[in-house]
Amino acid sequence: MKRLSGLFLLAAAIVLLPILFPDNYFVTVVGVTAGLNAILAVSLNLLMGYAGQISLGHAAFFGLGAYSSAILTARYDWNPWPALLLGLAFTGVIAYVVARPILRLKGHYLAMATLGLGIIVHIFIVQLGWLTGGPDGLGGIPTLSLFGWAVDSDQRWYIVIGTLLVVVVWLALNIIDSRSGRALRALHGSEVAAEMMGINTAATKTGVFVLAALIAAVAGSVFAHQQAFVSPDSFSFFFSIELVTMVVLGGMASTYGAVLGALILTFLPELLVVFEDYEVMIFGGILMGMMIFLPQGLFVGLGDLLRKLRRQATPTPRKPAPQEPASHKPTPQKPAPQKEEKRHGVA
Amino acid sequence: MFDLILQFLLTGITVGSTYALVGLGFAIIYNSSDVVNFAQGEFVMIGGMSAVALSAGDAGLPLWAAALGAVLITTLVGMALQRFAIAPARGASVVTTIIITIGASIFLRGVALLVWGKDLFALPPFSGNTPIQIGNATVLPQSLWVMGGGVALVLGAQYFFNRTTLGKAILACSCNKTAAHLVGINVGVMLLLAYGIAAAIGAMAGILIAPITFTSYDTGVMLGLKGFSAAILGGMGNPMGAVAGGLLLGIIESLSAGLISSGYKDAIGFIILLLVLFFRPSGLFGKASVERV
Repeated sequence: MKRLSGLFLLAAAIVLLPILFPDNYFVTVVGVTAGLNAILAVSLNLLMGYAGQISLGHAAFFGLGAYSSAILTARYDWNPWPALLLGLAFTGVIAYVVARPILRLKGHYLAMATLGLGIIVHIFIVQLGWLTGGPDGLGGIPTLSLFGWAVDSDQRWYIVIGTLLVVVVWLALNIIDSRSGRALRALHGSEVAAEMMGINTAATKTGVFVLAALIAAVAGSVFAHQQAFVSPDSFSFFFSIELVTMVVLGGMASTYGAVLGALILTFLPELLVVFEDYEVMIFGGILMGMMIFLPQGLFVGLGDLLRKLRRQATPTPRKPAPQEPASHKPTPQKPAPQKEEKRHGVA
Repeated sequence: MFDLILQFLLTGITVGSTYALVGLGFAIIYNSSDVVNFAQGEFVMIGGMSAVALSAGDAGLPLWAAALGAVLITTLVGMALQRFAIAPARGASVVTTIIITIGASIFLRGVALLVWGKDLFALPPFSGNTPIQIGNATVLPQSLWVMGGGVALVLGAQYFFNRTTLGKAILACSCNKTAAHLVGINVGVMLLLAYGIAAAIGAMAGILIAPITFTSYDTGVMLGLKGFSAAILGGMGNPMGAVAGGLLLGIIESLSAGLISSGYKDAIGFIILLLVLFFRPSGLFGKASVERV
């Protein structure tokens, strides 16, 4: 039970928030976007955080799922559910076909290849205007309905996406603690060593790549129905980079970290809007500052910080407190704003 | 047909020269500090934008002085990036440093947006706007500036890193920081220099190309991406490979825009890049990596 206590906490938070803040813009509107981003970040984290395979093209699979649903339902009047399944099959096949050659690459070459893949998919979405509506996007996508219960309000979308998020987090936690999850972590450590232990690294990597792509495609399909409109901008390489940033910001190889990163990166721009012209600059500065001072990510970094504070508060029986690694500095976000003020003067 | 292809080649080499210079900057920083600097495109933008700003208006500087000023400004920005963003994160993982440079590029773009707004700017061409005939193809004098400047910068970088003591000292840091420190090289200063040089090369590329492609606060994104592609295509960590990769990418794009479809030109560029990586996973001129256990 302890293993899943975080999941129950997450579920409780999702249930309590709309009760505590009914009709709040940040809960039901931004919250829905945050939930979708969190689903994407959790799926990308399976690939990046646990298997150690960087992907700068995850938005492509999100886009494939979204456009499959959008085209089949809006253009060809399909029912959303078979459209979702066909979209999943389509995305899965594409992911499977590209996975083997791409995952043979390592490090920066893998980053470049996935980045290229994302851009290629984006260009095709823009250029195939007769099918996708081109740069103007595609509208008129019907909403989902579950057994006659139409998902037609912000509150209902909140329920659907909140539930989906809990399911995806639960799935991710279970995979990581399963046999194949251990295989993933093993090949993250060393591929050669993992192979020596009898792990089929190519198949394992392909599997997690396809799984991450499928989760992203589900999120894309839900996104298309929720927005009732899709345009290529939502699936550009900037969004792929944003997803990677969510994972790294929250803390690699931590499912809750990915959720936290997604929440921060969704809410931060909403909050920074008040700075108007300074928005972009402050966002970049905060991103830099957090990564410089908490290189392990917020989830791990803040956890270490809390532990340290608690140790200082209660005198430990052992006299010499175990030394923390040098990278965990006790000064988290503080210096970032200072640096910004300095730059203001120059600008 | 031949004339057309010649024309596309000339355009491709012009664009490719810019990619090559951005790729060269990538390679220099990667070689000295193992960092993939996603803010490299921002150096190109800052170079172009500050040259425009310094030369604009009645009280503006003459072009050469504005260019010099712009290169100086960008060099300082590059050094500041190393000193305040990369150096404090020593020992962070590759992905973390990538996010730091992405944060830096967003930050720099934000500053540029604040200072110069969202408008497009152009520098006047360095030597007139009369096209020059080469066979049945034409080339703008500014294109010759871009190609010539590219060749000069690449040869200069080659000379600097292979023939001068300072350049060799920077290379030594990239081979082995501890050993370089032991023979009396100030590693910190060398890293600062490497970032300064990469920024300066980026700025010069930005100034050379500004009369042709114009410049605005967000031109750096696409150029940075192309520079990264050039560096990867050539093989990461091989400066001359990055230059060759950049030229190749420019020519592929120009030919596919002219002969196939301009909408798909970037897609074709990336598809060829992916194919190259599938058959040569370390780029065209890169050394195959070996995993140690």
